[in-house]
Amino acid sequence: MTLASPSDFQAPQQSSPDQGGPRGLQPEGWLRYLSFSLDHKVIGLQYMVCGFLFYFLGGALAGVIRTELASPISDFVSRETYNEVLTLHGTVMIFLWIVPVVNGAFGNYLIPFYVGARDMAFPRLNAVAFWLIPPAGILLISSYFIKGGAAQSGWTAYPPLSLTTPSLGQVIWIISVLLLGGSSIFGGINFIATILKLRRPGLKMMQLPMYCWAMLGTSILVVLSTPVLAGTLILLSFDIIAHTGFFNPALGGNVVVYQHLFWFYSHPAVYIMVLPAFGLVSEIIPIHARKPLFGYTTMVYSIIAIVVLGLVVWAHHMFTSGTPPWMRLFFTIATSFIAVPTGIKFFNWLATLWQGKIALNSAMLFACAFIVNFVFGGITGVALAQVPFDIHVHDTYFVVGHFHYIVYGGTVFIIFSSVYHWYPKFTGRMLDEHLGRFHFLLTFIGFNLCFAPQHWLGLNGMPRRVAEYDPSFTTLNQVSSVGALLMAVSTLPFLFNVVVSAFRGEVAGDNPWKALTPEWLTSSPPPVENWIGEAPLVTHPYGYGAPADRLDLKMVTAEQIWNDPKP
Amino acid sequence: MTSLTSGTGDLAQISSDVDIAGQSDGHGEHGEHPDVRLFGLATFLVADGMTFAGFFAAYLTFRAVNPLPENSNYELELLLPSINTLLLVLSSFTFHRAGRGLLRGEGQACRSWLAITAALGLAFLAGQMVEYFHLPFGLTDNLFASTFYALTGFHGLHVTLGVICILIVWWQTRTAGRIKASTPFGLEAAELYWHFVDGIWLVLYGILYLL
Amino acid sequence: MPIPSALITLLVGMALVLAGLWVGYNVSMLPIDASSNAPVYDALFKVLFSIGTVLFLGIVGVLIFSLVRFRRRRGDSSDGAAIEGNLPLEIVWTAIPAVVVLFVGIYSYDIYERMGGMTPLNDHGAMHTAQPAGDHHHHGGTHGSKQAILASSSSAPAATADQEPGRVWAGIGTNTGEEQTLTVDVTAMQFAFIFHYPEGNIVSGELHIPADRPVSLNMEARDVIHAFWVPQFRLKQDVIPGQPTLLSFTATRPGTYPIVCAELCGPYHGGMRSSVVVHQPADFDAWLSKNTPPVPATVASSGSTPTA
Repeated sequence: MTLASPSDFQAPQQSSPDQGGPRGLQPEGWLRYLSFSLDHKVIGLQYMVCGFLFYFLGGALAGVIRTELASPISDFVSRETYNEVLTLHGTVMIFLWIVPVVNGAFGNYLIPFYVGARDMAFPRLNAVAFWLIPPAGILLISSYFIKGGAAQSGWTAYPPLSLTTPSLGQVIWIISVLLLGGSSIFGGINFIATILKLRRPGLKMMQLPMYCWAMLGTSILVVLSTPVLAGTLILLSFDIIAHTGFFNPALGGNVVVYQHLFWFYSHPAVYIMVLPAFGLVSEIIPIHARKPLFGYTTMVYSIIAIVVLGLVVWAHHMFTSGTPPWMRLFFTIATSFIAVPTGIKFFNWLATLWQGKIALNSAMLFACAFIVNFVFGGITGVALAQVPFDIHVHDTYFVVGHFHYIVYGGTVFIIFSSVYHWYPKFTGRMLDEHLGRFHFLLTFIGFNLCFAPQHWLGLNGMPRRVAEYDPSFTTLNQVSSVGALLMAVSTLPFLFNVVVSAFRGEVAGDNPWKALTPEWLTSSPPPVENWIGEAPLVTHPYGYGAPADRLDLKMVTAEQIWNDPKP
Repeated sequence: MTSLTSGTGDLAQISSDVDIAGQSDGHGEHGEHPDVRLFGLATFLVADGMTFAGFFAAYLTFRAVNPLPENSNYELELLLPSINTLLLVLSSFTFHRAGRGLLRGEGQACRSWLAITAALGLAFLAGQMVEYFHLPFGLTDNLFASTFYALTGFHGLHVTLGVICILIVWWQTRTAGRIKASTPFGLEAAELYWHFVDGIWLVLYGILYLL
Repeated sequence: MPIPSALITLLVGMALVLAGLWVGYNVSMLPIDASSNAPVYDALFKVLFSIGTVLFLGIVGVLIFSLVRFRRRRGDSSDGAAIEGNLPLEIVWTAIPAVVVLFVGIYSYDIYERMGGMTPLNDHGAMHTAQPAGDHHHHGGTHGSKQAILASSSSAPAATADQEPGRVWAGIGTNTGEEQTLTVDVTAMQFAFIFHYPEGNIVSGELHIPADRPVSLNMEARDVIHAFWVPQFRLKQDVIPGQPTLLSFTATRPGTYPIVCAELCGPYHGGMRSSVVVHQPADFDAWLSKNTPPVPATVASSGSTPTA
């Protein structure tokens, strides 16, 4: 494989004065971030900012939970409020923070660049998908203030509990999740169409940056599984509103069928949250290690394997429910085998780092911590896949610890890493490195302090979703709460950094990381249709190291990368 | 590596061949790219089909494990739904004829076939209503009654939407030029959707009435 | 003389495995074991803990080594080596996890079988029909009735449903053969467990069982889903309304252990706890006779503490 030769495309022009350039978010243009904009970059940043707002809200809810759990008795909020808070925390973090940001924000911003398009396939649908989110989120939050309060049955909303708790809050929860699911499906359709149908002429599937493959796999999961959740929740709302008995045993219904249908979506949802993070880290590591992504082909096949296996493992969430023995066995084996393609990805990232020239900046610190956290969460995950192991720890704090290592230690760490990595592209300015490292240190310590002890708590008898617990678990719960406090504090340097750097940050230039992926081969921030002139044909987005003389770090701008005269 | 990638590469080649026509002008205007709306619709229909798949799976599981309570009423007549099935299958053919009419430039034939399709769709909905009013059980009578109404009702909504789409297309073909044989997206989309609704009905008929 | 890198790798690998085994077998993470099932579970836990430790330390070790050894030096503006892949290497690290996972899967299947997880449940369903104490239960015997499943023709009010209480939907049944099994009916409700002993018609808020004798819990919930969990037994089973479930085990260590509801069941979910008291067999018989209501006369106080 050789690099694209400079004659394959026109050089992108340097930032033109009327297209932004290194001036941060144009003050005169900030209103477009509140508009029904069709620009994929604006929509991407809308997803991002909206997602972070909900992250802070979900974090505040987590703060309530950890404060309540700092003592073994129920003393901070009422038990009903506690259940509302834990339901809202789960729903907000999954449907309003991680899924929209790791798919919607980065997907919308990066995918058109990566396929060499000027926008997404369906810009209007794209804008609709985003603008479904704020009303859905506000609706969900508002249910807290109505009579009876918000839903109290956890984000899983298992009947018959969800049929007996205050019904208005539960119905609002259903409507809100249906809206968010619709938004997710629209987004998924858009990504599939953009990646498969809008690639620049000459660009082959196996030349795409890995994030495209991750988003393709994710979107397939979204399109196949989210509608099942939607149908299930519609049936659940019938049970609540019309008093049908689909899931009501008192009326002849079957509660376990709900669990099957729910997890048919909600297990793939884990991959919907994690696969894009795998894609993003595959972009970040090669750039900062100055090495090609190791094993591109196997990375692609492992994504495909994860998508296929991810659809047939849902019942491992139901080992202690009403599942017959043969089913437990099948789902144990299927779940365990997901570890193989996932393992391949981790070994490939390590091999990418090996013999690289690693710049351990904030983006890279978060990316490497992601590897540590996710390997830990993955190991406990394989253990949880084993029926006998799971029977003891299912629905305990062990599971809480496990999935926070996956979704927080995995995905949220990568969201932070990606913000440090792409902020110069978004705004044209760099984030402050010292603050970034401080943020990393606080987050990493806080995170591990918060969630590592929960494994021990679960093994020793603390169930999840409780407001009160055996006093012998007090010390470790307090350690966990201190960790949560550290995590809360850690967002302050981050917020300060992001806001101040937008105005005062060091000017980044178009390509501060000297990267080869297409979004860096245009100005920062990019012009409205991504490139002045034709889109570059990047057939080898990870071509670091060869040929050494043309791709060394002396190059400063995108223009120079590609127009450097041959030696 | 080459041997492993060639398959995907060919696939990529095919789709990029399609793209070239639309992207021949490198300095395209905003949104100027190949028309992939039909592809998007097909993807959406996959999603929609999964909703039905979820319902079907729920129904089949209920049937497999949940006993029908004693003295409960769940009986279905077979005649009316079978006639309805025939109507719907027929309407797929008539819609196909409408599309062929447009391609051949026979505007009037296209309109007539569309009208027939819409009429068949309406007849199906009417038949469904008649069935609803004559069924001996109500929505909340028992688990199977509820599932029956949920499945047929959700499908009926799809048919209703389909009839509306057909009527819109029919209206558009009234004024010449709104739908041309060269860019018949509206008609093609409505047709694809209609075939989808038809196909779902066949599965539904098989599972709900025949099984 | 330079030490060959293959040798170093081998030594590091061996040290890693030893460290993993040491951690797995010496770091105790679990509560005490009080059922015959618990030591089996703990053996699985030790194996998983050892493998996990080896993998975690290995991967994190390689990561940290790379970050230190291959850090970008000041003034170095060159790229790393242009290595795009290595097929043999990738085959190795596909094969090794596959083998490990396969081993773990087969081993845990074996453990699950030993716990009685693969025992056909509907044999136990027949045991529902409570027989007087002391009777020997025969598996797959006379009560192996056909399930009341909706018959395949939908146009008839099928399921003549002889509502035999035989259907057990899920659970763990230990294959105890001919042994004398203590059967207890468990009812879960918001927010308590009620234990009913068909043997002596005792109703109790605490579960009292003898050590070293198989116990079979027939569980059903009255309102929402609950879960019956005894951490010291390493056993958990959801208690579901409308779908009876079963949990069979043998307690081994006398003492009092918590019963915890592990499925969110409402505001007081966290407070839905009870105790299981494991008696010496003789003490249990004493508890039974003390609490058995002498036909109508005085009602035995439910949940009274045993005379240990």
